[in-house]
This record gives sequence, C-alpha cells and structure tokens, in this order.
Amino acid sequence: MELTVNGAPRHLADSSTVADLMTSAGATGRGSAVAVDGVVVPRSEWQIRRLEPGARVELVHAVQGG
Amino acid sequence: MDDPFVIAGQSLSSRLILGTGGAPSLDVLAAALVASGTDMCTVAMRRLEPTTRGSVLDVLDRRGVRVLPNTAGCHTAREAVLTAQLAREALETSWVKLEVIADDDTLLPDGAELVEAALALVADGFTVLPYTNDDPVLARRLQQAGCAAVMPLGSPIGTGLGICNPHNIEMIVAEATVPVILDAGIGTASDAALAMELGCDGVLLASAVTRSQDPALMAEAMAAAVVAGRAARRAGRIPQRWHARASSPLGGLVES
Repeated sequence: MELTVNGAPRHLADSSTVADLMTSAGATGRGSAVAVDGVVVPRSEWQIRRLEPGARVELVHAVQGG
Repeated sequence: MDDPFVIAGQSLSSRLILGTGGAPSLDVLAAALVASGTDMCTVAMRRLEPTTRGSVLDVLDRRGVRVLPNTAGCHTAREAVLTAQLAREALETSWVKLEVIADDDTLLPDGAELVEAALALVADGFTVLPYTNDDPVLARRLQQAGCAAVMPLGSPIGTGLGICNPHNIEMIVAEATVPVILDAGIGTASDAALAMELGCDGVLLASAVTRSQDPALMAEAMAAAVVAGRAARRAGRIPQRWHARASSPLGGLVES
C-alpha cells in the first residue's frame, strides 16, 4: 500500500502495523512517537494498529532544541 | 533547601534551565550541562531523519537531567498541541515548554494562538510552561488558562540583547502567582543576574551558552549569575538615590 511518511511517499506491505513501520525506521526506543492522520498513536497500540492506504504518518523524535 | 524552586509541585535543584539547541556537538553539550548544574533541559521534536547519529536523550538520561520537550517552530495552536502530544508519548512527560511563534524572522510568540494552545493542553492534562512576550496582560491570560509558569522573553530568541524591557518583567513578576522564568534573549551573565534581581524565579537559556566561545565556562558563569541574582533579590537591594549618601559618619570631622 502507498502512504505518506513525514511528507514523502512510502510503500509498505499491506496490513502493516504502526510497529512494523517504527521498527523499519529504527524508531522503537525512547524519544520516538508517531501520529497517524493528525492523531498520536500510543506506544501500547503500535502492535495492533494497522495502517491504512493513504494514511498521513508523522514520525518524530527528540533532538537538540531551545 | 531554604529557597526551593518549585514548578507544579516539583522541586528543582537549579534555577537555571538549559536549552540544548545550538551546541556544536553532544560532547560540548554534555560538558556545558555538567558545568551549568541544571537539572532540567529542553529538547525539540522533529521528523525522524534516518541519518541521525547519537541522541540528545542519551546525554540527558546519563546525567539524570529532567527533559522538558518544547513545541519550537510551531506557528499554530493546532501544530503545537499535536507536537506536545507527540512529545508526551515519546518522552513520557506531561510537561511542555509551549512555543507558538508568529513568524520566522522575529520568532516572537503569537499571543492569540499561544493562549488557545495553552487552554487545550491544560484541558488535556499537560503541565504547560509557555514561552511568552514580555507582556503582563498576556502573562495574566496564560495564568488564567492554568499554566504552571510563565516564561517571558527578555528579547527575541538568539539575539543576546538581554532584557529589553525590565519594567515589564517586574510587572509580570509582581502579579504572578506561578513561577516566572526569563526565557530567551540572554546574552551574558549579567543579563541572567538581572533577570533574577528583577524577581524572576528562574532563567532558561540556550544560545548564550551553546553558541559562546567556551560553552562549559559560560555555563559556569550563568550558574553563578543566577545564584548571585537570586541572593541579591532576596537580600533586598538599597533604593536608588539622586544624590550621594555617605556611609562614613558625618560628625566628628577634624578641622584644619
């Protein structure tokens, strides 16, 4: 399926979960978070939450900042 | 501690809060962090870049420093609320330094969006520390919105212009029922000392340390300035006078 991750098009296997995406991005540790279509997906739901085609995903982490 | 610094029921051991932005490397940041004696540092939330190496969180966690995520770069309440919610999930803290800026040239807070975001985040259970203008009325609005502190700027972010309107900072302090933290604009140690002398409860700075020639040494200077300024405030300075007033006895002078 096709979706948008951090503003860029991305191809993922059908029925991928949020956890699959986070693992492939190397973002499983503390400091990372994800929102799908503008709503935060809690870490406790990453394993069960399936991504839908066309979803807009924001994947963020903590960086140095004021 | 006979002069505790408490925000939202949490006691902090240092009145200096360090922003982590601008440091040329994580090693430099770590040295500055230790020299500052701070126990709370800000971080920003950004889209994950696959090339990222090392983590600012490792530096902070290793030293047991509290992490305060910010919403830097957000231009609307909506963006700021989502960024805060992402930060809460990523960092397991409901504290947030709320920034909603009007434009990228001034980086000045957008008061209307700021209040809207503060109301939404307080309702969502956040402990909100808003970066705000040196505007006593806006500071009042933020307190009424339920913010745990107000953080007025001394001057625009990164300018190092110090405290452009000390009178407004004093007015904010005079009516505040929550801690006032001078946030942004600090250039050197005397600016930080002045903030504390004006009655601020703490100082938040980044560039003044991280972009100085010797960040660890400047961090040490800032820590000393905050302590000195606080002590001077508590000690109660002498009133300013127009004419001189001798400290030696006026009587008993010799005659020639």
